[in-house]
Amino acid sequence: MSLITPVTSGLTSLGTCNSMPRAPETHPLTWRLNDDASPIFLDEYRSKNGYEGARRALTELTPDQVAAEVKEAGIKGRGGAGFPAGVKWSLTMKGEGIPRGYLLCNADEMEPNTYKDRMLMEQQPHLLIEGMIIAAYANNSYRGYIFLRGEYVHAAANLRYAVEEARAAGLLGKDIFGTGFDFDLFVHTGAGRYICGEETALINSLEGKRANPRAKPPFPGQSGAWGKPTVVNNVETLCNVPAVMANGIEWFHGLCREGSEDHGTKLMGFTGKVRNPGLWELPFGITAREVLEDYAGGMRDGLKLKAFQPGGAGTDFLPASNIDIQMCSNGFGAIRSRMGTALALAMDETCSIVSVIRNIEEFMAHESCGWCTPCRDGLPWSVKLLRAIEAGEGRPGDIELLEEIVHNAGPGNTFCALAPGAISPLGSAIRYFRDEFEAGIRSSSVQASPAAAHPSLGTA
Amino acid sequence: MSSLYSDLITSDRAEALKYELTEEERAEIIAEIGHYENPRAASIEALKIVQKRQGWVPDEAIPAVAEVLGIPASDVEGVATFYSQIFRQPVGRHIIRLCDSMVCFINGYETLRGKIKSELGIDVGQTTSDDRFTLIPVVCLGNCDKSPAMMVDDDTYSNLSPDNLMSVLEAYK
Ligand SMILES: Cc1cc2nc3c(=O)[nH]c(=O)nc-3n(C[C@H](O)[C@H](O)[C@H](O)COP(=O)(O)O)c2cc1C
Ligand code: SF4
Ligand code: FES
Repeated sequence: MSLITPVTSGLTSLGTCNSMPRAPETHPLTWRLNDDASPIFLDEYRSKNGYEGARRALTELTPDQVAAEVKEAGIKGRGGAGFPAGVKWSLTMKGEGIPRGYLLCNADEMEPNTYKDRMLMEQQPHLLIEGMIIAAYANNSYRGYIFLRGEYVHAAANLRYAVEEARAAGLLGKDIFGTGFDFDLFVHTGAGRYICGEETALINSLEGKRANPRAKPPFPGQSGAWGKPTVVNNVETLCNVPAVMANGIEWFHGLCREGSEDHGTKLMGFTGKVRNPGLWELPFGITAREVLEDYAGGMRDGLKLKAFQPGGAGTDFLPASNIDIQMCSNGFGAIRSRMGTALALAMDETCSIVSVIRNIEEFMAHESCGWCTPCRDGLPWSVKLLRAIEAGEGRPGDIELLEEIVHNAGPGNTFCALAPGAISPLGSAIRYFRDEFEAGIRSSSVQASPAAAHPSLGTA
Repeated sequence: MSSLYSDLITSDRAEALKYELTEEERAEIIAEIGHYENPRAASIEALKIVQKRQGWVPDEAIPAVAEVLGIPASDVEGVATFYSQIFRQPVGRHIIRLCDSMVCFINGYETLRGKIKSELGIDVGQTTSDDRFTLIPVVCLGNCDKSPAMMVDDDTYSNLSPDNLMSVLEAYK
C-alpha cells in the first residue's frame, strides 16, 4: 500500500520504557509498547483500544466540550513551559467568519538531555496522530504539521507510514468517523536550529523563513501560521489527550502522587553518572530521589551525587540536598525553580560544574537567533569568561560579570525564552557552587584549576 | 533576485555555472509544495532534496531552487545559511555527527573527538583527505540515556567508547 518503509527493528529509542512494569490503568503513554520496541502500527494500535478516545471526542462531544474536558483534566504542556493545554485551546479563535487554522506538533526536541518525544514517535506514532485528531477537532484546525527535527529519521519514517495508514483507514482526511469533520496531517522535517522549538520561531520556520521568534501579541491562537489561528503543542502533551478522552477526568486525576498539582504521568529520565540511565513513565509527584535510586539504580559505583539538573539544559543546577524534591511544577515552584522536561542529569564530584556550564552556554550562544542584545552578546561573553575560569585564568570580578550577564538576560529582558533558559543554569550554578568558580580565579586563594582537578573533563 | 545571482547569470561563466535540477528532484520539490499553503514553505525540504545528490548545496543550486519555488534567490540563500544541517561546503562521502552536548560531554565527548582526530586526522568541520568522512558538530541527538552518541549518515550509534568508535566507522567505506 505504501511507498514508505517503516523502521521496525533497531530503533534507537529501545530502552527502559520497554522493560519497566506497566499497565493500561497506570501508564497511558507506554502500556502498549512492545518489549522489543517494535513500533505499534494501525492494527495493533486498534487492538489495544487505539482511536477510542478520538471516536468518543468526535462523535459524542462538541469541540468546546473537548477543550473543557482537557482543561478540567489539567493536562499541562510537556514541552517545558507547563502551560495548561485546555486553557490554550479555549483561547484559540474559532467561530463564524474565522478561517480554520493549523495544529502544529512541536517535535523539534533539541534541548540537551531531552529524548522522550523520540520514543513516542518511533514506537507509537498512532498515539500522537490520535491526539492530534482530537486537538484539531477542539481547535477547528483543518491541517496539522508535525514539526520534526531532521535527525529523527526513524521517527519520520514511522510517522509518515502511520499517517498513510490513518489516511487509508479514513482517520485522516474528509468526514472523520462520519462526523463531517475534515483534518489532514503532514510531517515537516527541520534542518537544525534549537530556536525552531520556540513556538513562534517554529511558525516562521514552517513557513520557510529564518527561525526568528515573533512578537506576541498577536498570539498564535489568534494569528499564527499563514495568518490563521494556530495551536502549538508538544508531542507528549498531545499523546496524553487520547486516554483522557477514553478513560475520563476522574481516572486521570487519580494518577499522580499526593501533593502534586500536575495531573497524570510524565516521561521522566535520569542520565549522566547514574548506573542505569533511562526513560520511564512515572506519576507526577514522585521524588527525584526515587527516580534516581529506584529507576536509574543510583549513582555509578563509588560516585557521589553532587548536583542535578531536573529537566533539560535550560533548568537550574540543584545541589544534592534537593534530591527529595517532588517531580511536579509546584514542587519546583516552592524553591523558585522549574522542573522543565523532567529528564534529569546527575553530576558527581568528578564533574566540573564550570566545565558543564561552559558546554551549555556554548550551545546556547551558538543557537541564539541574534535578535536581542543580552542574548546575542551576553551568551558568547559568558562563554569567554567561563573558558577563562575553567582554565584557571579567571580574573577578579569575572564572577560578578557573569552574574550581571545572568541578570541582563533574565526573564522579561529578551524577546523569547531562550535567553532566560540559557542563563538559569549559570545563575544557579554560581549560587550553589560558587567555590568552583572562585577556584578558577587566578588571584584567589584557591589555586587549583578546575580542569586540572578533574582530569575526566579536559578543556576544549 | 539578488545582485549576486544576477551577476552570475549574466556573466560569461553562466553556462558553466548553470545548475540543472534533475526531473526527479524537480518532481520531488513540486510534490512537497503541495503539502503547504504556499511554495516558500517547501524551501527547507527543497534544499534537502538538492543536498541528497552531492551531500551539500552548491551556490549555483540556489537560483535553481528559487525558480521552482517562485521566490527570490536571496530568500532561499537566507534560509540555506540559517539552518545548520544544510551544508554549503563540499563534504566527504560520509558525515559523522558527533554529539557535543552536555550529557555526551560528561560521558567522554572530548575523548571521542580526540580519537577521531588521531585516527582520521580530522577535527570538527574538517574532511579527510580521501574524502571519506566529514566531522560535523551536532547538538544533543536525543539519545542521552545511551550517551555518548553519534550519527554516521542516517544511522545513530549509542554508548560509544574509544574502543568501539573506530569499528563503527570502519563499516563506512
Ligand atoms: C529556545 C526554545 C526551544 C524550545 N524547544 C521546544 C521543543 O523542542 N519542543 C517543545 O515541545 N517545546 C519547545 N519549546 C517550548 C515551546 O515554545 C512551546 O512552549 C511548546 O511547544 C508548547 O507546547 P506545550 O504547551 O504542549 O508544551 C521551546 C522553547 C524555547 C524558548
Ligand atoms: S532571546 Fe535570544 S533566541 Fe530569543 S529572540 Fe532574543 S536573541 Fe533570539
Ligand atoms: S547530550 Fe548527546 S545525545 Fe543528548
